[in-house]
Amino acid sequence: MSANLIQLLWDSTLQTLYMVAIATLLGTLIGGPLGIFLATSRRGELYSSPIANTVVGLVVNAARSIPFIILAVAIIPFTRWIVGTAIGTSAAIVPLTIAVAPFIARLIESSIREVDSGLIEAARSMGATPAQIVRKVLLPEAMPSIVLGLTLAIVSLIGFTAMVGTIGGKGLGDLGIRYGYQRFMPDVMLAVVIITIVMVQIVQTLGEWIAARFDKRAPRNRGR
Amino acid sequence: MAEAAISFQGVTRRYPQKKGSGDVIALQDIWLDVPQGAVTGIIGRSGAGKSTLLRMVNGLERPSSGKVIVNGHNVGEADPAALRAIRREVGMIFQHFNLLAMRSVYDNIALPLEIAGVDSARIKPRVNELIELVGLTQQAARYPAELSGGQKQRVGIARALATNPRVLLSDEATSALDPDTTRQVLALLKDINRELGLTILLITHEMAVVRDIGTHVAVIENGQIVESGETYDVFSRPQHATTRSFLTGVTGVAVPHFIADRMTAEPRSADDETVVQITFVGPHATDPMLARLTAELGVSVNIMAGAIEEIGDKPFGSLIVGLPASRTAEARAFLEQHGLFTEVLGHVS
Ligand SMILES: Nc1ncnc2c1ncn2[C@@H]1O[C@H](COP(=O)(O)OP(=O)(O)OP(=O)(O)O)[C@@H](O)[C@H]1O
Ligand SMILES: [Mg+2]
Repeated sequence: MSANLIQLLWDSTLQTLYMVAIATLLGTLIGGPLGIFLATSRRGELYSSPIANTVVGLVVNAARSIPFIILAVAIIPFTRWIVGTAIGTSAAIVPLTIAVAPFIARLIESSIREVDSGLIEAARSMGATPAQIVRKVLLPEAMPSIVLGLTLAIVSLIGFTAMVGTIGGKGLGDLGIRYGYQRFMPDVMLAVVIITIVMVQIVQTLGEWIAARFDKRAPRNRGR
Repeated sequence: MAEAAISFQGVTRRYPQKKGSGDVIALQDIWLDVPQGAVTGIIGRSGAGKSTLLRMVNGLERPSSGKVIVNGHNVGEADPAALRAIRREVGMIFQHFNLLAMRSVYDNIALPLEIAGVDSARIKPRVNELIELVGLTQQAARYPAELSGGQKQRVGIARALATNPRVLLSDEATSALDPDTTRQVLALLKDINRELGLTILLITHEMAVVRDIGTHVAVIENGQIVESGETYDVFSRPQHATTRSFLTGVTGVAVPHFIADRMTAEPRSADDETVVQITFVGPHATDPMLARLTAELGVSVNIMAGAIEEIGDKPFGSLIVGLPASRTAEARAFLEQHGLFTEVLGHVS
């Protein structure tokens, strides 16, 4: 494989990492609060507001039901308005974020819902405000599960980035299509596949390791 | 008596049901004063309304009507900020401990202080003091998953005491523990009650818990209080059938099996023996009475079983005796006249 191609692979890897990292960050900033809201706003819950809960839930479901490739194309005007262009790695971050944020919202919602309601009761009995309950009880107790959820979201994002070539997003997936497939260079295709597999493995392993670090339950079952 | 720490004034709690099938009435017109500095037990069967009643005290539930007054505050009408202030004066412990799994023992106990906005320099000495109080110095850095049930409940108790509450609520705090651990935890609660002068309101479905630490008791059934008073009085003179059934096997003595097996409700002949339970106050009250029964009335007494124990810090004795059926009425009248309580359990031939 030529030095040129190796440079290309390296650049594409960095582009993918860049897109995944920024989309994860923005997706969490948007999806996190949404997830917390969804988990705490049903009738009788901390921030009881059933109507808003239903509306947000519908929007999140709608966003999640659009296939990524269609979403990426459909929001091109919006992307152009935000980034100034609809083409390139930075522009690709907009649809990636919009695709991953509702996913993260649902993951965080379900992580928080798993927290034993007895803990909320205990915190209430101490005179905690709803915000204190979220900050000191729900989020820390759900943290191992949230980390695993984010790991899942990042792995999905790596998959989404393979499709952003369609809208000029570059990255590994784009490289694989243009060189490996269209120019029929199986070695490039193979390299892309291997890098992606390694990337997913590292993310998964790291995610599980961090989650285990947070998790203080049943230490005997964690083999440490 | 001093002003009540907690006062339930005509408290009713209804839970509306979905399909217009009539409301569930969890509590109905509860009037109860919980004396300052006492350990009051609320006992009742599952679904009787115990938890609902307890949760009214710190406003986790609100009455549908009536008032709950705690340390002089009307809990049901407190706004959220006032309610949070009241809750800092009322600690609570739970059947399943409800400790934060991701926090160490130390940090669990620090939580209520963090919530109350105590600054970190003052949290540390207070938490260490509490850890010592409940005897967990060795375990301070451990996580709940690394503790036994009894140790977890000690953390729960330390946590509940962190903000120096005046009232401690306990919802079946020993129900998940074995008998030995239960005794230790109850002893700890009793010490705390004595040393800190804390008012304790605890709910349980075991009369043994009330016997061990309760100075007062209220029996609740179907959302209503059927009997209440000082533990000693209720135990020695239970008025309600529910109270009696809770007391079975908890106080006094059981009729020995070989007698119980032959016992009938009605006498079959005049020669039958009546089995009578005599309950007495004070350690020496019976011997002379039984002797006098024989000497003065000529009634022979057949002692079948007996025990003396301590309830509400007072000696409490029970005897099961056999009396000739023909003389039973006379003998009971004599004993009752001299301040003993008697109850006919059955007859044997
Ligand atoms: N949120 C609720 N909605 C409807 N009914 C309720 C609710 N909470 C309690 N109840 C009903 O109120 C009654 C009293 O319940 P409560 O939990 O106070 O009983 P308990 O004496 O604590 O029972 P246990 O010993 O099983 O804990 C029960 O009939 C219960 O079904
Ligand atoms: Mg209960």
